[in-house]
Amino acid sequence: MSQPAPPAPSARKRLMLMARPRATKANLLAALLALLLGFAVATQVHQNQSQGLETLRQSDLVDLLDSATLEATRLDQNARELQVTRDELVSGSTTGAEAVKAAQERLDALGILAGTVRAHGPGIRMTITDPGAKMTYPLLLDAIQELRDAGAEAIQVNNARIVASSNFGPTASGIEIDGLSINQPYTITAIGDPATMSSAMEIPGGLSENVRQLGSTINIAQVNDLTVGALHTLRAPRYARPVPPLP
Amino acid sequence: MIPALGLLIGLAAGIFLHPTVPLALQPYLPIAVIAALDAVFGGLRAVLDGIFNDKVFVVSFLSNVVVAAFIVFLGDQLGVGSQLSTGVVVVLGIRIFSNVASIRRHLFQA
Repeated sequence: MSQPAPPAPSARKRLMLMARPRATKANLLAALLALLLGFAVATQVHQNQSQGLETLRQSDLVDLLDSATLEATRLDQNARELQVTRDELVSGSTTGAEAVKAAQERLDALGILAGTVRAHGPGIRMTITDPGAKMTYPLLLDAIQELRDAGAEAIQVNNARIVASSNFGPTASGIEIDGLSINQPYTITAIGDPATMSSAMEIPGGLSENVRQLGSTINIAQVNDLTVGALHTLRAPRYARPVPPLP
Repeated sequence: MIPALGLLIGLAAGIFLHPTVPLALQPYLPIAVIAALDAVFGGLRAVLDGIFNDKVFVVSFLSNVVVAAFIVFLGDQLGVGSQLSTGVVVVLGIRIFSNVASIRRHLFQA
């Protein structure tokens, strides 16, 4: 076995020779070792597949802990950024809703002022019957001015809404407002503080006294909730243009 | 033949019995397995070289395993266990490769 031989056939032959079962003590020992090796390999493979943290070395554990801490820090920062974004979005949407609400309130106020929306609330209703047809439009205009002084916020005469641009004029049979002819009996509806407005109508030299001097009758009623339902049609201004606000 | 049978039986036993490695042995078993593999391939090469000796094989097998385990143990005590294990695995891997190359030359003349 120790003498040199031509490589290929003899190498294989030697392998075959070696593979023959020989019951020497050393061969049995080698078999035992091989058995142990196989057992160890299978055990180690199995162990490796089911390995948990407890089998790792201290340095590996420290590495793991480090990377876990790093990851946690990163995720923490991520979470904080997302939280900030969320807060911004939430507050942004509240601001938006508040802006919409404020804009709606402004729109309502302007609509009542301009006479483009119907209004309701406490106020007074005055009915003037003028059998002698003595009522003139300056008298009515004075009455409107008096009502505004007393804090009226929305005024309607018969079916005409009184706004800032309303104009009064005479007609053959009576009065016209904004081109609408107003016939008897005149019904003036005003929303505002009922007590203030009715006392403004009753003061000496006020509407009541003037109307009675003409021989007409006036009836003033304070109402808790009345509606000013007539609408004024807006026209776009032909000449006036808004001045842009100063920067 | 008998050692090869032993290897197969050992593998089967390991697969079917699911033994757990004692905690104290866990760092050493993989290194010991690599060292034993080195010894086995060395033995195979010796067979093909015609210089195989049963006694030498057994002794080299055992000493390989013991020395590898001892080196790892020493590394663990010195605090460089994982690096030393890597070193041992590299050295044994190189030896296994050169042994396999020699075996291949004998069997396939290539």
